[in-house]
Amino acid sequence: MTDEPLLSVRALHKSFGALHVLKGVDLSVRSGEVSFLIGPSGGGKSTLIRCINFLETPSRGEITFDGRSLCHEDGAVFHVAPERVLREARSEMPMVFQHFNLFTHRTVLENIIEGPVLVKRRRRDEAIADAERLLREVGLGDKADFYPEQLSGGQKQRVAIARALAMRPKLILFDEPTSALDPELVAGILDTIRGLADLGMTLVVVSHEMSFARKLADVVHFIADGTIVESGPPDRIFDNPESPRLSGFIRSILH
Amino acid sequence: MYEFFFVLIPRHFPFLLEGALVTLELSFLSMGFGLVLGLATALGRLSGKPWLDWPLKSYVEIWRDVPLIVQLMVIYFTLPTIGITLSGFWAGVLGLSLNLGAYLSEVFRAAIMSIDPGQRAAGMSIGMSKVMIYRRIIFPQAFRIAIPTIGGYFIALLKDSSLVSFISVNELLRNGNIIISNTFRNMEVYMMVAIIYFVLSFTASRLIRYLEHSLTPRYLRRQGRAAKALAPEVAVLP
Ligand SMILES: Nc1ncnc2c1ncn2[C@@H]1O[C@H](COP(=O)(O)OP(=O)(O)O)[C@@H](O)[C@H]1O
Ligand SMILES: [Mg+2]
Repeated sequence: MTDEPLLSVRALHKSFGALHVLKGVDLSVRSGEVSFLIGPSGGGKSTLIRCINFLETPSRGEITFDGRSLCHEDGAVFHVAPERVLREARSEMPMVFQHFNLFTHRTVLENIIEGPVLVKRRRRDEAIADAERLLREVGLGDKADFYPEQLSGGQKQRVAIARALAMRPKLILFDEPTSALDPELVAGILDTIRGLADLGMTLVVVSHEMSFARKLADVVHFIADGTIVESGPPDRIFDNPESPRLSGFIRSILH
Repeated sequence: MYEFFFVLIPRHFPFLLEGALVTLELSFLSMGFGLVLGLATALGRLSGKPWLDWPLKSYVEIWRDVPLIVQLMVIYFTLPTIGITLSGFWAGVLGLSLNLGAYLSEVFRAAIMSIDPGQRAAGMSIGMSKVMIYRRIIFPQAFRIAIPTIGGYFIALLKDSSLVSFISVNELLRNGNIIISNTFRNMEVYMMVAIIYFVLSFTASRLIRYLEHSLTPRYLRRQGRAAKALAPEVAVLP
């Protein structure tokens, strides 16, 4: 681990029209670290990671990723990096979504090689070899020619994870990756994510799976009302919450 | 009967076929321009820029609410008074294209909007550009959804092109009328005209169905579900 965080977010604000959703978020993610974002629904977790990936453009504040500024403030002026820089950054921190968001008209293999071939300009045969290896790793070696429609939710999510991995990312963002799954499929996806953590991938995970967060997280951030209310190692966050807001939240999800 | 098959057909059919050829030319040219115009209009309206949306929306509304024959008359008879003179053929192509473009823009808009925004987000999140997302993700799916409706409009166009006979283009119907004014055999001639229109439309609809079928991925075909079953209704024919 180096001293510089891989991702650093400072005083980030995001409004949708009159709705002020993120109210000054500070967040650092070091290389190799697994960060969990927890908090009540509507608190701004999705908005935060969508802003990090620039699926939403922040309103104010600073995001630095791997030494590149994606947005910053210069006096009163808010600067956003050119599209080219944003796209390059995105391609290095892909996102895995709650509803998988696979390209439904393309096969599993085509879903995975799309980014490497088009965005990273890798050779197609290399991208295919890479994709086949990734599919075997997530246990879908025999599904390369299937269409998303023909897969279960858990299988779709593993394809989505393989699609993210195929970008050879520096960081992967997860937005509630198991929330849309049938209960019996959740464990498989959690295992896959744990496997990534074991390999040393940097992960930022929004999740309501608290026991999973406790086992896997290096740091847990509790987000409510558009700010990070409390951050810390999982044992401290879950066993000795400081703020009443967090202890209330933990009580509510344990029941 | 004898006269119909052995005198009228050999004598007049070639002239009708010449007209049918013009009908096809009108239809294919107008279809080409209409597709481009419709797609551009749809993309302009979806760009979220009010200064683009407003004029394009007006175009679509006006062109859909004025009868095609009136549009053709205006283009052919009125535009020359402000110095724009077009031959009947090109006035017809212009009128049919503008008309079709207005309808197709709504078809494209609905089809594009029916694509799950999550797929767009997924494309963006791996660094794809807007152009890549449209080209690789949105268009292929939207086009497959739109094709049955586009096909319906093409067949309607093939038949509506007969209105161009009113601005003295020698297409199929007008050639039929010319033969009738010389021979007074309106029943036989109109029958031949009708049969030719039928054959053209029928062939076109078969080709469209084939295209639709070949654009449907194999796994959907086997399950006997057409693109229509997956996609919401995008538009109804006028
Ligand atoms: N695109 C959007 N337009 C308007 N409001 C939005 C949009 N996305 C999120 N919001 C609002 O922002 C708030 C935070 O939402 P979100 O980030 O999804 O919370 P969480 O993921 O923590 O449940 C909610 O009030 C939500 O309605
Ligand atoms: Mg959310």
